[in-house]
Amino acid sequence: MAAAGANISKPGSGIYAGSGVALMLPSWLIIGLFLLIPVLLMLVYSFLTKEFRGGVIWEFSLDAYDQFFFYRGLFGDEPPVLEWTYIGIFWRSIWQAGAATIFCLIIGFPTAWFIATRSGANKSVWLFLITIPYWVNLLIRTISMKFLIRDTGPLNEWLMWIGVISEPIHMINTNFAVQLGLFYSYLPFMVLPIYASVERYNFALSEAAADLYASRWETLRLIILPAVKPGVIAGCILVFVPSLGAFLAPDLLGGAKTFMIGSLIEEQFKGNAGNWPFGAAASMILLSMVLVALGYYARQQNREA
Amino acid sequence: MVSDQHVNDVAIDIRSVSKLFGDFVALDNVSVGILDNEFFTLLGPSGCGKTTLLRTIAGFEDVSSGEIVLYGENIAGLPPNQRPVNTVFQQYALFPHMNVTQNVKFGLLRQGVDEATATRRVNEVLDLVQLTPFATRLPSQMSGGQQQRVALARALAPNPKVLLLDEPLSALDLKLRQAVRLELQQLQSDTGITFVFVTHDQEEALTMSDRIAVINNGQLQQVGSAEEIYEAPKNKFVANFIGETNLIDVNVTSVSDGKASCSLPGGMAFSCSAADGAITGDGHLSIRPERVTLVSPAKGILRGTVTRQIYLGTDMHVDVQLEDKGLVKVRVQNSSSMRIPPVGDEVGLNLEADAARLLVD
Repeated sequence: MAAAGANISKPGSGIYAGSGVALMLPSWLIIGLFLLIPVLLMLVYSFLTKEFRGGVIWEFSLDAYDQFFFYRGLFGDEPPVLEWTYIGIFWRSIWQAGAATIFCLIIGFPTAWFIATRSGANKSVWLFLITIPYWVNLLIRTISMKFLIRDTGPLNEWLMWIGVISEPIHMINTNFAVQLGLFYSYLPFMVLPIYASVERYNFALSEAAADLYASRWETLRLIILPAVKPGVIAGCILVFVPSLGAFLAPDLLGGAKTFMIGSLIEEQFKGNAGNWPFGAAASMILLSMVLVALGYYARQQNREA
Repeated sequence: MVSDQHVNDVAIDIRSVSKLFGDFVALDNVSVGILDNEFFTLLGPSGCGKTTLLRTIAGFEDVSSGEIVLYGENIAGLPPNQRPVNTVFQQYALFPHMNVTQNVKFGLLRQGVDEATATRRVNEVLDLVQLTPFATRLPSQMSGGQQQRVALARALAPNPKVLLLDEPLSALDLKLRQAVRLELQQLQSDTGITFVFVTHDQEEALTMSDRIAVINNGQLQQVGSAEEIYEAPKNKFVANFIGETNLIDVNVTSVSDGKASCSLPGGMAFSCSAADGAITGDGHLSIRPERVTLVSPAKGILRGTVTRQIYLGTDMHVDVQLEDKGLVKVRVQNSSSMRIPPVGDEVGLNLEADAARLLVD
């Protein structure tokens, strides 16, 4: 493109932009020390041999990946067949995380819209209310949720008291409970980026659309959604990725039937029963899946721009 | 039979429209008829209600009371997407993720026009505003003036009965603004669409409009052609807001048939035209600085001392402090061979009787 006559001055290109290297240095240091090095460690561990009481033996091995994908019989001497257990756990995790993302989006979008369209002082109050639960530790919140929804918990008792149900609804250890936990844990990560997008949205665009005969639905679909799309996508990523690796909600609220990747990995590093290389391998598989998805999204974005 | 020519038909009849925001009265019982095929301007200082009035016509604001009748149909209750009017927004409000063609086509497609017809119409309109070479550009890749034309093309594409323009020139620089003024005027007469134009810039209003409505504090002050508003302002606000004027305290002895007799500061009797509703007693006479002439002290009907001279290129501005009270601004053309008295000199002033006007306070 770059046709002649386009009068665009890029903000941030002047002398006030500063030197890129110096500005990036602190974050590169932190990312390097606390992200890249641990990830590399995991990568290395995933190719080592397991020590039976936790830890690793420094000897190259593909056992961890082999165990993830293939079953070789009880004694490991049969011909390999595809192992579905872990792939199944991954699939269930993706499904759970996807569902949680959709629920967060359905509730989070109108919430963010509502907050962003309040007047100045009210806006801060609503944002504050959204963040209040996050002042309490996630573990404590998840345990509270467990107490709230168990068979003899306040929710069931209240429902029976007002006469909606005669017997407690069994909620704990179901997919519903996991969804509730994930939704409750990650809703603000959906609300806040969408809020930021809506706040920047120029409402004159909605007026212009209505002026040009667009219905409310068409305005939402054709004008508002494209404008707030970056916030929606950021919110979806921020909910989906941690939901995928979550272990608190599935562990405490879900039980054995709703076992997810996060719990699988956590177990490998806990106590004496663990298998570090296997946990590391599962982590690497999860990480590469997320990276592939994000890379695909980034490429789509570049193509559109 | 009625002819097809609707030249003086009323396009928009605004009937007793009021608009309240809480306790704040944005529009106070405004009634005005905007004619078909007219370049009609709503003029007033910021916060006067002119934009609110435009927005009630577009449908972005409900009226608190009153009717807005568009070619015989009361549209006051309709949502904006059901009103056959289109708007050019102050900051253009172009859809940032759509290119020029998509922006201009938007309204046509929403109206259910088929793709081929819409494309033809888009090309027509882009040609009209000379943007054909820019059809695939995004708004962010264009200058302010070009964006302004996209906004214009987008609003014109659905062929609205009335085009509403909300200070469309305010974001442009001076040179461009003057050029676009002419283009807009030309466009209006070419398309025959009724333009309702909002501005706070009196020069814009005077040079472009067929008629001007001056608004202040939510109330309609005066409606008329540029000449009527300038030459025969109705009240102090209009006289002051449009151009520069002198307000001279007078004592009015009689008013009849649009004529008034009064006595000037210093006691001289003077007769002049009077605005509808002017009354006897203490009043104000408005006279434009260029309609005051400097004469020798003995010949003037007012007397005073020159306190300031400002050189303005084509004109010279002279402040004269009256002997009794008040200051009179005088504008003298530089081309005149007349000697302009220096600061401190005593001078006489004459007022052109047909240019002086008794105002309603």
